[in-house]
Amino acid sequence: MDITTKNIQTPPPPPQPTVAERKRNARGATRPGDRVFLGLARGSGIFLLVIMAAIAVFLTWRAAVAISKDEGNFLTTFEWNTAGTEPVFGIAVLAYGTIISSIIAMVIAVPVAVAIALFLTHYAPRKLSGPIAYVIDLLAAVPSIVYGLWGALILVPHMDGLFGWLNDYFSWTGIFDWEGGAPRSMLTVGILLAIMILPIITNVSREVFKQVPQMHEEAALALGATRWEVIRMAVLPFGRSGVISASMLGLGRALGETMAVATVLSPDFLIHGSLLNPGGGTFAQNIASKFGEADEFGRDALIASGLVLFVITLLVNGAARAIIARRKEYSGANA
Amino acid sequence: MSTLVQHPSSLQGARLPKWSPWAIAVGSVAVSIGLCVATGIESKIQWGLIAALLFVFGTYFIAAGVEGKRQAKDRIATSMVWVAFIIAVVPLASLVWETVKRGSKVLDGYFLSHSMGVVSDTEPGGGIYAAIIGTLEQVGIATLIAVPIGVLTAIYLVEYGRGHLARAVTFFVDVMTGIPSIVAGLFILSLLLIFDMSFSGFAGALALAILMMPVVVRSTEEMLKLVPNELREASLALGVPKWRTILKVVLPTALGGITTGVMLAVARIAGETAPVLLLVFGNPFINNNPFEGAQASLPLYIYQQYANSAGSEAAYDRAWAAALTLIAFVMILNLAARGIARWKSPKTGR
Repeated sequence: MDITTKNIQTPPPPPQPTVAERKRNARGATRPGDRVFLGLARGSGIFLLVIMAAIAVFLTWRAAVAISKDEGNFLTTFEWNTAGTEPVFGIAVLAYGTIISSIIAMVIAVPVAVAIALFLTHYAPRKLSGPIAYVIDLLAAVPSIVYGLWGALILVPHMDGLFGWLNDYFSWTGIFDWEGGAPRSMLTVGILLAIMILPIITNVSREVFKQVPQMHEEAALALGATRWEVIRMAVLPFGRSGVISASMLGLGRALGETMAVATVLSPDFLIHGSLLNPGGGTFAQNIASKFGEADEFGRDALIASGLVLFVITLLVNGAARAIIARRKEYSGANA
Repeated sequence: MSTLVQHPSSLQGARLPKWSPWAIAVGSVAVSIGLCVATGIESKIQWGLIAALLFVFGTYFIAAGVEGKRQAKDRIATSMVWVAFIIAVVPLASLVWETVKRGSKVLDGYFLSHSMGVVSDTEPGGGIYAAIIGTLEQVGIATLIAVPIGVLTAIYLVEYGRGHLARAVTFFVDVMTGIPSIVAGLFILSLLLIFDMSFSGFAGALALAILMMPVVVRSTEEMLKLVPNELREASLALGVPKWRTILKVVLPTALGGITTGVMLAVARIAGETAPVLLLVFGNPFINNNPFEGAQASLPLYIYQQYANSAGSEAAYDRAWAAALTLIAFVMILNLAARGIARWKSPKTGR
């Protein structure tokens, strides 16, 4: 007994890690390779933040240079004249045109896209819906310039009939008054934008409708609901926020779309009451079509209008993200 | 109403026979043709609209009479959904059809292997060689810049990211996804103005990289999240450092999905016109150096052929042919990406 206790030496307690060491261990970055790799990964993340900040800073800087020399009011002037010693330019017409064309696009695209999404998830024969969804997915990837070319050369000539009809029966409303001329107006732009954002809204809405819990639908069916009532009572309430955020994503696209508007619209710097008469402009279209002839100051002025577009799209996208985030919080309902 | 099947049980209401929608459709088309011939409406589109309206209302009233209001509403919803689908298919199908039909007119080996050079915009001839070179170089440079940064950022978010920085990066990646392409172009343009530089393919590539990064981050993030934690834990338990675990275990597992995401992102930026218009400017001659002087680009070529030609048929033909080339390029990338996604997708039930 005696010997054994003497011979067994209790090993010295391991050195207690200091607070700093313990912290480092907990974060996992102890080896040099790990530290380098973490630095690279974190650096890339920070680099993205720096780019975003740089976009905001540099656009604001150039915009400030331009606006300080603007002889008119930047927000309310109906003119874009950046050449010469007394530049006068304002975004009133552009803001109006951007908002109007996007509203038209949303009014047309959202109901149709939701209907197509419902068609694919609830109405179409199973064999048909897979391939159609695939094709719509591919259509979302068609470049906007191709939509623009198609809009300018195919859609515009086909709008004559619709414009004439609207003018015949609805010119008393004021907004459907047509004085003739090529139908390169806000309505055509809105319709083309609607066609462009249709695939995106459809795709996202379809994903959301597919996630509707089977149980909700079966419960409704078991209570004797018709297919439409199932959709009204189970599918749409579940998918509402998803559809809203899908629409916001589409709206973001429509607001910033450049080439499709630049090819179709015949612009001027007036606000037209009628949607059928050519004229007006949008932020992105104005930048693309004025850029070629702009001198350095003119480019700064265009950057100023681009900054406004940037802020608007940030707000729209932020709202969409907020809705999605809120939906995530409440999605415990489908667990 | 003699066609109705009378059920003896009161639990099941009266139903219209299965062929009734077709019968109503034929009936409404016939009535609309009769109406239009009688009143002298000539537009075929109006014939179609009247027939569609007759069909919807006919279905509603017949169904309401026989089956009850709720069933009638259901039938209306069904026909509305079908109508919406058909309405949407018409322009999208027309887009594809017209591009293929008009684009194949001048698209041949000569068109692909020659540039515009001194061919004026209004006369036939010329081709898109310079534009293809420009697009490939610009997109290539943008990919080289955006992919490493995007993948590393995604690794940071998935493998390391906790706390304020990760949350901020996630939020701003979302925000960046929504930046209009022309704003990205304006940002690089403001840099060019400040540093007094001129147009080049590289400037365009920078703007395209800004547009590409968030897409790469998003898709890579999704893919890394799919890698099972057991794989990471097994590797770490063997004493492999974290960075080697990520490089040798996590990334190879997710490689198929990451490749898919990158290819979809490339397909997206290959068609961007606005930043290229502001930064690369277009060039009818071949310029193989992306770092100096204006270059051509495929989407920009389409726009310039359309906008500068004053309605010349030859230029429109070239624009359509270039559009067909661009669509083919984008579609091949998309199909290949989806193919890889399916081929490399995690096999379940092993």
